[in-house]
Amino acid sequence: MTKEAIASRYRRSPEALLSLLHDLQRANHGNLLTPADLELAAAHVGVPVSAARDAATFYSMFSLRPRGRHIVRLCASPHCHLAGAWSALDELRSLLGADIGETTTDGLFTLELTSCLGVCGVAPVMMIDDEVVGNLTPKLIREALARHEEGR
Amino acid sequence: MRIARTHVLVGVDDEARLAGVDRVLAALRAAISHSDLEAEVQVVETGSLGVSGRGVVVAVQPDGVYYAEITPADAREIVAEHLLKGRPVVRLRLPTTAPAARPAEVLGRQTRVVLANCGVINPERIEEYIAAGGYEALGAAVTTMTPENVLDVVRKSGLRGRGGAGFPTGIKWSAVRTASDPERYVVCNADEGEPGTFKDRLILEGDPHKLLEGMALAGYAVGANVGIIYVRGEYKLSIARAERAIADAQALGVLGTRVFDTDFSFRVEVRPGAGAYVCGEETALLESLEGKRGWPRIRPPYPVTHGLWGKPTVVNNVETLANVPDIVRRGAEWYRTLGTPTCPGTKVYTVLGHVCYPGLVEVEMGAPLRALVYELGGGLFPGRSLKGVLVGGAAGAFLTPRELDTRLDFDSLAERAAALGSGAVLVMDGSACIVDMLGSVLRFFHHESCGQCAPCRGGTEALVRLISAFQAGGGEERTLDQMVQIVDTMRAASLCPLGQSVALPVRTALSGFGDEFRSHLARTSCPRCEETVRALASAER
Repeated sequence: MTKEAIASRYRRSPEALLSLLHDLQRANHGNLLTPADLELAAAHVGVPVSAARDAATFYSMFSLRPRGRHIVRLCASPHCHLAGAWSALDELRSLLGADIGETTTDGLFTLELTSCLGVCGVAPVMMIDDEVVGNLTPKLIREALARHEEGR
Repeated sequence: MRIARTHVLVGVDDEARLAGVDRVLAALRAAISHSDLEAEVQVVETGSLGVSGRGVVVAVQPDGVYYAEITPADAREIVAEHLLKGRPVVRLRLPTTAPAARPAEVLGRQTRVVLANCGVINPERIEEYIAAGGYEALGAAVTTMTPENVLDVVRKSGLRGRGGAGFPTGIKWSAVRTASDPERYVVCNADEGEPGTFKDRLILEGDPHKLLEGMALAGYAVGANVGIIYVRGEYKLSIARAERAIADAQALGVLGTRVFDTDFSFRVEVRPGAGAYVCGEETALLESLEGKRGWPRIRPPYPVTHGLWGKPTVVNNVETLANVPDIVRRGAEWYRTLGTPTCPGTKVYTVLGHVCYPGLVEVEMGAPLRALVYELGGGLFPGRSLKGVLVGGAAGAFLTPRELDTRLDFDSLAERAAALGSGAVLVMDGSACIVDMLGSVLRFFHHESCGQCAPCRGGTEALVRLISAFQAGGGEERTLDQMVQIVDTMRAASLCPLGQSVALPVRTALSGFGDEFRSHLARTSCPRCEETVRALASAER
């Protein structure tokens, strides 16, 4: 689907901006919003490009820098912290060979720390894209990453 | 509706999906069909059964037997043994860690109003909500009551907002009702970001129609025709269930144009957030709904007069709105029989951490913290002792074992009342380090400070620097005084509750656990803090 076709599904009103940015980002390789995306979104909803950029740089789910094909977000908030988030972080670092905020050399995964994901009953928790993975153990982490490794 | 001898309730929420609930359901249905039990046994997919962290949880009713961590093979065994032969499968029964208590009793000790249908009805079938008395309040309201009548019931019920500090809902609604602008909105705050809090997610997943009915009643009372649910972008199942519920309710004419064939129209839409804790603050949420960055507005004016698009707006938490249908249906007097005179009703909590039965519970306002930890939470693991409880998430209060008899309502908690709304109760045994936990809290605030006002932007940065030095063994006695000075400045000068609220965890940690902080001055090694310092060494470089 072209970017214009994506935009056409949204109202030409400022309130549609965030939802439209979500969709534009999803359509890109690299999980990012490009300058062209911001211009398109701004023009569609009728705000200055600076306003689109303003919103895109504020929310943690958007990025203006290229990221991996999959985003691994490990929760580091108090509940997961208590339940062993740092052990999970060690495991992720060694499996991915990437540190917090970095992308694997093959461009497949970006590792991020996140605030509470609201699934605290199975802490420690991470999300890979839209998939929640909880009660993290080294084995579960390996399996979850492997599920996203096709095409590596 | 077919009447079954036995109901098998299967909790289907994010956690259960993770544990493979789809395969369990398939196995359960196949085994029931294979055993020719279809006429007698009904499988009900419902929301969370209130047990957390235990995989797929299944309840067999009316037997009151709860099973946890169920696999497809276990499901077949339950059918063959329990459903066919009437012998509960002891091996799979909850509890498996602490045989002294029984979860069925634990669940029975609650007072469920908001969660009455959660884990009982199928949230994806509007008929089941209606069969449980759903939309009765809305139907009665729009056909037999004036908006003022509805407002009056809510005002007299004494309902107070469950999102934060307990502002009276009736007063908020009255202000919107009497605002001069006829264009008004009802906004449901489902941007649940407080660490350890997921009650709103489970209400949305377990009983979305209750929220919709509450929003429609709010709309009728204040004269609004549009409702918006602002929900965390991560809550995919909540979004899906809310959207399904809206479509079903509109198809039946209980929402949409001409509700119950009256002149009242009310449509609801769902809007996902994009990952910002500060958007749980009501004016930041409104900014975000307008497509802007979630920077809190300067108040006054308040949203009741200048809300979404500058129009009068009711902003209420999910739990607050989910109380409204029962209040309207059963009356203010009934509601006032629950809870305390100044805080009527119930409160939903998520009890987590080092307890035997982590999960979702609802009890009357004014219940002692002790009951949540030792009765509903099942107490600590055998041989462990309680170090403290973090009530209210990151913006919450660290309470010591001596404070276990604290009653949980807005007035008893006094200056700590803001901690109540989130309902997060994190229980910590002796293996936890309070300095390390406060470090986690402060890093959370640093990450989530929106950067608009200087006290919060600079304050959270400085606090992380100080606690990091403390954790790395470089703390001094005056570091603690500096932290108090910073949070007091933030409380006085920050623009919104995010910056103001950091004082609560810092002050309660230092006053209740001062010895633990001082021991970090003398002692060079704390394993918890060392682990944190090592884990973050490269990131904070």
